[in-house]
Amino acid sequence: MDLMEKNLELVEIQKLEGHTDRVWSVAWNPVSSQADGVSPILASCSGDNTVRIWEQSSLSRSWTCKTVLEETHTRTVRSCAWSPSGQLLATASFDGTTGIWKNYGSEFDCISTLEGHENEVKSVSWNASGSHLATCSRDKSVWIWEVLEGNEYDCAAVLTGHTQDVKMVQWHPTMDVLFSCSYDNTIKVWWSEDDDGEYQCVQTLGESNNGHSSTVWSISFNAAGDKMVTCSDDLTLKIWGTDIARMQSGEDYAPWIHLCTLSGYHDRTIYSAHWSRDDIIASGAGDNAIRLFVDSKDDSVDGPSYNLLLKKNKAHENDVNSVQWSPGEGNRLLASASDDGMVKIWQLATKP
Amino acid sequence: MRSGEKKMDSVLINENPIIYPKRPRRVRTDQSNTDEFSVDPIDQLEIFDRIRDIRDPEHPKLSLEDLNILTEESVEVDDDKSYVRITFTPTLPHCHLPTPIGLCLLAKLAQSLPARFKVDVRVAPGSHDKEKTVNKQLGDKERVAAGLENPDLVALLNKMMQV
Repeated sequence: MDLMEKNLELVEIQKLEGHTDRVWSVAWNPVSSQADGVSPILASCSGDNTVRIWEQSSLSRSWTCKTVLEETHTRTVRSCAWSPSGQLLATASFDGTTGIWKNYGSEFDCISTLEGHENEVKSVSWNASGSHLATCSRDKSVWIWEVLEGNEYDCAAVLTGHTQDVKMVQWHPTMDVLFSCSYDNTIKVWWSEDDDGEYQCVQTLGESNNGHSSTVWSISFNAAGDKMVTCSDDLTLKIWGTDIARMQSGEDYAPWIHLCTLSGYHDRTIYSAHWSRDDIIASGAGDNAIRLFVDSKDDSVDGPSYNLLLKKNKAHENDVNSVQWSPGEGNRLLASASDDGMVKIWQLATKP
Repeated sequence: MRSGEKKMDSVLINENPIIYPKRPRRVRTDQSNTDEFSVDPIDQLEIFDRIRDIRDPEHPKLSLEDLNILTEESVEVDDDKSYVRITFTPTLPHCHLPTPIGLCLLAKLAQSLPARFKVDVRVAPGSHDKEKTVNKQLGDKERVAAGLENPDLVALLNKMMQV
């Protein structure tokens, strides 16, 4: 299916209003957004210190705010992440804590608060099995937490190495390898060789590896887990790859290498990049636009190269902070969050 | 106080700043546009007027204009592109105060300009040792947002803006 052949457009399905400050992040519930007969659910978090849960009605097809998670975080909620089961939502806040909320359908209860970081928590991510969580902070550290019985969370590791504010953490989609990116311009890979919970930094992707020359804001993996995209204040997207078979065989660590840099497309900081299941990379940037990129499938070029599929100017009235493809098959829904206080749902569709 | 004894209550980095003569303020002469529905493009002077009187953090009786930290030329504006860039010159190349000035400029312009404007604030090239560090901090909106939640910093900025 050659996407470049089709005449595609990003159609705004709905604008979700409610937050009273900028919206930093959105996260699709992995289970409800995929299952048949279940309405997709989206979480958004904001500078208004709350998280909103939005649901699409199966009858009217319109989105409404089901519930507001408030009175827990005392400062900006910077990011949120659903556990793989969809039962728990973790929320990372500038107040230095990470909230864990249990999803009871129409209600959410904060069942635990993870403390330990010295200042603002920037990001939280669950591993593929849901057995562990990772958080990161302006305190330059990355913490790994183990999920125990009875709503207990134990700090399993405090990983130091970044020399500045850590902006995002992201577990690999299939393996227990953790990735972090930072204001120090690098991406670090953390791996536990013996599966004993002793994580080490096994790789740092910096300028000498064709890495970024300014703050790296986010990381996203393709479905296969053999490629990732990173985005930066240096106005580029970078594509990295690894020998996934070698990694999965468990023999040793297979390093990530730079495959391709997408430059010249953005003129303001790129805050978010997300890789869809069908290989479309979306980016959200400080120029209020959303851009979509696809592999050009050009065999004459060494290594992969990417083309701009489309650019949605004025996607929002201010910076786009987060873009996330819905995990559902076939519907090509994209959610975006902005400094304009809005969350938007988009559909990638063929022009009529 | 005996001679030779330091005054412990006022150790300023820049004890004797150069105070620049105030430039006369230009009066807007173009009163020809009487269409109440038209919106004039925002220009350099209008933006400069919003920031010229911000007080220096160390010398609250003096403004950024008095100390030549800002001049009209500090402001670059493109109304069509909704873009503003402010370049400010710290009084000393090694003084440790440029960040509050930069943050105050960002805060003041966020309050004064329509939301459509993108604002970049930077230290004048070559004017400070920590130029790259400060510029990077001022360019990180997440750090700026978190900083602006710090009550001590907010108190200082309010003082500078004489709120």
